[in-house]
Amino acid sequence: MMRSITQDKPRKKKIAWWSILVWLAVWQVAAMAIGEPLLLASPIQVIGTLASLAGTAAFYSEVLFSFVRIAAGFFLAAVAAVILASEAFRHSAFESLVEPLMRIIRSIPVASFIILVLVWISSRNLSIMISFLIVLPVIYSSTLEGLKQTDSQLLEMASVFRVKQSSRIRYIYIPEAFPYFRSACSVSLGLAWKSGIAAEVIGMPLGSMGERLYQAKIFLDTPALLAWTVAIVLVSYGFEKLVLLLLDLVRRRVER
Amino acid sequence: MNGDIRMDGISKSFGEKKVLDGFSAVFKEGKVNCILGQSGSGKTTIVRILCSLEQADSGTVTGMEGMRISAVFQEDRLCSNLSAAANVRFASGTTQEKAVAALDEVGLSGSEFQTAATLSGGQKRRVAIVRAMLSDSDLVVLDEPFKGLDEQTKAQVMKWVQNMIAGRTVILITHDESEVQFFQSKDVVRLS
Repeated sequence: MMRSITQDKPRKKKIAWWSILVWLAVWQVAAMAIGEPLLLASPIQVIGTLASLAGTAAFYSEVLFSFVRIAAGFFLAAVAAVILASEAFRHSAFESLVEPLMRIIRSIPVASFIILVLVWISSRNLSIMISFLIVLPVIYSSTLEGLKQTDSQLLEMASVFRVKQSSRIRYIYIPEAFPYFRSACSVSLGLAWKSGIAAEVIGMPLGSMGERLYQAKIFLDTPALLAWTVAIVLVSYGFEKLVLLLLDLVRRRVER
Repeated sequence: MNGDIRMDGISKSFGEKKVLDGFSAVFKEGKVNCILGQSGSGKTTIVRILCSLEQADSGTVTGMEGMRISAVFQEDRLCSNLSAAANVRFASGTTQEKAVAALDEVGLSGSEFQTAATLSGGQKRRVAIVRAMLSDSDLVVLDEPFKGLDEQTKAQVMKWVQNMIAGRTVILITHDESEVQFFQSKDVVRLS
């Protein structure tokens, strides 16, 4: 009856803490062997730099600057993608209209988008637009696919029993499409951060994480470069976990 | 009250295969009407046409205008993520109390809040039956409703269904003569 893409796919293997420690040890040994922090800073140096960065107020304001914009781009894209996918599911002509647009967005390189969008909008809001454009086709396609997989027998049952449209959406469409939507969110959250930071590195908006990353590169400050990279990875990871947790909570509430 | 339901000269083909060829029948109001036949005789196609899930190639169906229908399909058609009680409430529009009480009466006491995905085949079948019975419908369509129930459970559920359908127009599709006898139906259409 009900299908879930999570049931069909092999479960993602969890990362073991010991494996992280092994790779950190490899990094430390490599950095010690090279002996030149400019070429490769050691994890201890990077953690030290990150700790000192985290002791400044500017660090949090820069994290917040990037976080707010990338998160906004992601959420706007997720909402737009769900609305577009719902319309495309209902009207095949609309799907035909939107499909070429989604394919074009998907195939254009991020760097081209960044440079193009910089012509239209200020660099301060560039990351909103870039993460929006990167996330939109991913969530759109996946959500539409989920809607198309809706169990036709359940829809027939709902039609015979004259179940209200709002109940059909809540109890049939959402449970069917949700695993697809969640999976797309999981993938595109990482993409949003990668593309958003890339946009900041190119657009250099003042007070952003991307700008600090670029400054570290200009001044050949490898420990700072890696420290900012670690900070971006941690914020991105935390954001992904938070969004997926919220999605699961919302789903449970909706289906209750 | 809608009166009798008439199917006149209904034909239906799926590709090259003619499933119904000029089928006619009258289903009497307030009675248990049975359609008896082996698999492949077109029973389910009749149900699908009555439920407006399929369009007949030719022929007419009258007496169903504005009629509210509830059905037990050949498949259980339950939302697997919803509990047994929620499945009943969702489609029939009944209250939680009534859903739970009815589930208890068909031997599902203790399983009312289990998700449909975790129920056994026989339990799912009973949820589908309760859903159709609690729905405030003018016509109850039962397509092989007791399929997959063991003898003891089947007897218990049939008795409960008999009470629930009193005075309602029912179309029971089955291949089992004993079910026709149980409901003492005099209105039987036999399909070859």
